Amino acid sequence: MDIDLITQVLFAAIKTGTPLLFIALGEAICEKTGVLNLGQEGMMLMGAVVGFMAAYGTGNAGFGLLGAMLIGMVMSLIFGFLVLHLGANQVATGLALTIFGTGLSAFIGSGVVGQTIAGFQPVYIPVLSDLPVVGKVLFSHDPLVYLAIALALVIAWVANKTRIGLTIKAVGENPNAANAIGIKVLRVRYLAVMFGGAMAGLGGAYMSLVYTPMWVENMTAGRGWIALALVVFASWRIGNIVLGAYLFGLASIMHLVLQGMGWSISPNLLAMLPYVATIVVMVIISADKFKEKLLAPRSLGKPFDPRQMA
Amino acid sequence: MSETLKNQSLKPRLELLNITKQYPGCLANDQICMTLMPGEIHALLGENGAGKSTLVKTIYGVVSPDSGQILWDGQAVDIKSPSKARDLGIGMVFQHFSLFETLTVAQNIELCLSPTQLADIGNLAARITKLSQDYGLNVDPDRYVHSLSIGERQRVEIMRCLVQSVKLLILDEPTSVLTPQEVAGLFNVLRQLSNEGCSILFISHKLHEVTEICHNATILRGGKFVGDCEPANETPATIAKMMVGDLAEQDAGYEKAHGEEVIFSAQSLNLAAKHPFGTSLKNVNFELLKGEILGIAGVAGNGQEELMSIISGEDNRTLKGVFTLDDQDLGTLSAGARRRNGLAYVPEERLGRGAVPEMSLSENTLLTHSRGFVKSGLVNWKAVKDYAKKLISDYSVKCHGEFAEAKSLSGGNLQKFIMGREIGQNPKVLICAHPTWGVDVGAALAIHQALLTLRDQGAAILLISEDIDELFLLADRMAAVCDGHLSPVVRTEETSIDQIGQWMAGTFINANDHAEATA
Repeated sequence: MDIDLITQVLFAAIKTGTPLLFIALGEAICEKTGVLNLGQEGMMLMGAVVGFMAAYGTGNAGFGLLGAMLIGMVMSLIFGFLVLHLGANQVATGLALTIFGTGLSAFIGSGVVGQTIAGFQPVYIPVLSDLPVVGKVLFSHDPLVYLAIALALVIAWVANKTRIGLTIKAVGENPNAANAIGIKVLRVRYLAVMFGGAMAGLGGAYMSLVYTPMWVENMTAGRGWIALALVVFASWRIGNIVLGAYLFGLASIMHLVLQGMGWSISPNLLAMLPYVATIVVMVIISADKFKEKLLAPRSLGKPFDPRQMA
Repeated sequence: MSETLKNQSLKPRLELLNITKQYPGCLANDQICMTLMPGEIHALLGENGAGKSTLVKTIYGVVSPDSGQILWDGQAVDIKSPSKARDLGIGMVFQHFSLFETLTVAQNIELCLSPTQLADIGNLAARITKLSQDYGLNVDPDRYVHSLSIGERQRVEIMRCLVQSVKLLILDEPTSVLTPQEVAGLFNVLRQLSNEGCSILFISHKLHEVTEICHNATILRGGKFVGDCEPANETPATIAKMMVGDLAEQDAGYEKAHGEEVIFSAQSLNLAAKHPFGTSLKNVNFELLKGEILGIAGVAGNGQEELMSIISGEDNRTLKGVFTLDDQDLGTLSAGARRRNGLAYVPEERLGRGAVPEMSLSENTLLTHSRGFVKSGLVNWKAVKDYAKKLISDYSVKCHGEFAEAKSLSGGNLQKFIMGREIGQNPKVLICAHPTWGVDVGAALAIHQALLTLRDQGAAILLISEDIDELFLLADRMAAVCDGHLSPVVRTEETSIDQIGQWMAGTFINANDHAEATA
């Protein structure tokens, strides 16, 4: 491998990992409050199609982003209403949301299939972007790559250092106790679910506005599901999620590179690489069972009804 | 009493008018009225299921009443949520479920405070440490709650209210896991708060505490108000009579038994703590005799949990040649195999370890009691249900029947059920932790009788409790633990509360080390 190829691979790895990072960050916050939203894939697809249509219609990729976040929140509110208000089963509702989002996105996007837009252009950072190798790998991305990193930093800070983070953790561990000391459990969960929806929308928009600036049915290719697994294997730790997302990106690129280099392994086996590599690494990172007990949100997936507290 | 009299001229801090709350299948509160003056320490008494918890949760905004009115400082208020209650100045120490195990003590306390309160306090950890010292609560702000024993958690709960300035403090059985010295310390805190004008609503099952500290008492039975009294003018027996309706047999002291034959022994038990805040067991030796109860006293967190979990097999490290049950080495067997060999276990936590909260009573029966109910892998549900029904009636467990989920029972009723289930296996050895914690007078009596009957049938019982009175009442021989050391074992009639109290504080440890050094 020559240096140019390595530079290309690393550059693409960051790009590929970015949509995953958006969704996984949103889902992590959502799960930390005890809500398991399996509808990520559906919200992401809706974000992708609505984001693309908004950008296509207005000619402004910024509106695309906004539209994607809004539709993600609307989708998550449907989920939130069913799960938080009506106490529906989170797993079943999340699955339904994914199926709903997949179908609806294909339906409303049928008119724009094959259209292209300009999407987001890379930003040029004086000096840094001109650096050899590093400049290409790290400093010649589109603004959303930097947005994802900034969001990860902010979320890590909020989750670990602020009262909001403490509240989120408390609600996720013991909603009854949180309610008893006066935290509005359902409000916290609604906000977290909506945040998850907005982030999934962003992840979807990244796919249709930047990664491949066009809309194709089912274009997210299971990234919503990978994000779900990533959050769990990263033990809900933001740092691990960032690492896992880029690792997945790298492995995804590697399987293409390895095929390109003529490895005589079945491409189907190689296509497994990103999934296997991400999970194996995350399992190794999270091997300390004692610590893990402290990190998993205990009420994950369990409905909370303040009216039924005895 | 002078404080109350002084306050008679003031308007009541809290008035409850005809509070009614209906739950499916039970009327928890029926037209209850109560008045609390500023600075008054008021006892709320009643058996399990009398409606005390529902009533205090109504005041604290956790439960909304179906009808009735609450007046706060003379104004009608609608306490919709606990945060509203706290805005009014109502603080509550819960009996269960209000701490976050994955957060530290300081974080738990921080969550209860509003940002302005936090700003007023400044350095929270320093404040906690200071309050700890002032009130003798001994709480380390940086420890994670999951590593604390029940007694320590309760101290955190009390601390949590102390850091806020409260006008009404509700305590749901605050003393049940404290040592006599700690209870005295807590009472000093409560008296001090009362002198400062804070009203205190105190739920307790220990009637002598109520007569000692409370100015007034309200008594509930079956969700109804049945009377009030000035505890200072009553005796525990007369209050108990109002609570249960007929004169409950007061614990008059039971016959002590003398065992002869050793059935279980622990020799040179040394065990490193499994988690960072645990207690290591240091050279623990004792024997259990057939037909005898050995009581182990000690303040929470001195190695009781570690001792119980290594004996029961819950702590799955194998120890060779340490435990013998009937000449068999127990230390290498799994928890299930230990049970099959005649070891029964009633853990401290009823929900989660003693019973699975979401499972029905019949299913919970099956968990530790599969013999005869399972044939070639198939469960004979009829037999299980019949057996659960039998337990429910034998131990007068109040519940909706054998299909009731374990979590739907009150603490005392679930404890009776668990005790019955374990005793029903005719164990050779029963390990039993805090059997009557949070249990009302009637249920405690039933549990005591069940333990004594089991003992008289020839079983050996290891009773671990923080309630010294109960240990003196039940145990035939006694010892104390301190920091993982076990004191010498003596016959109950040959020791005194004073001596056991000193052992709980560890006075025997140096003497032991000395003996080892000279040996």
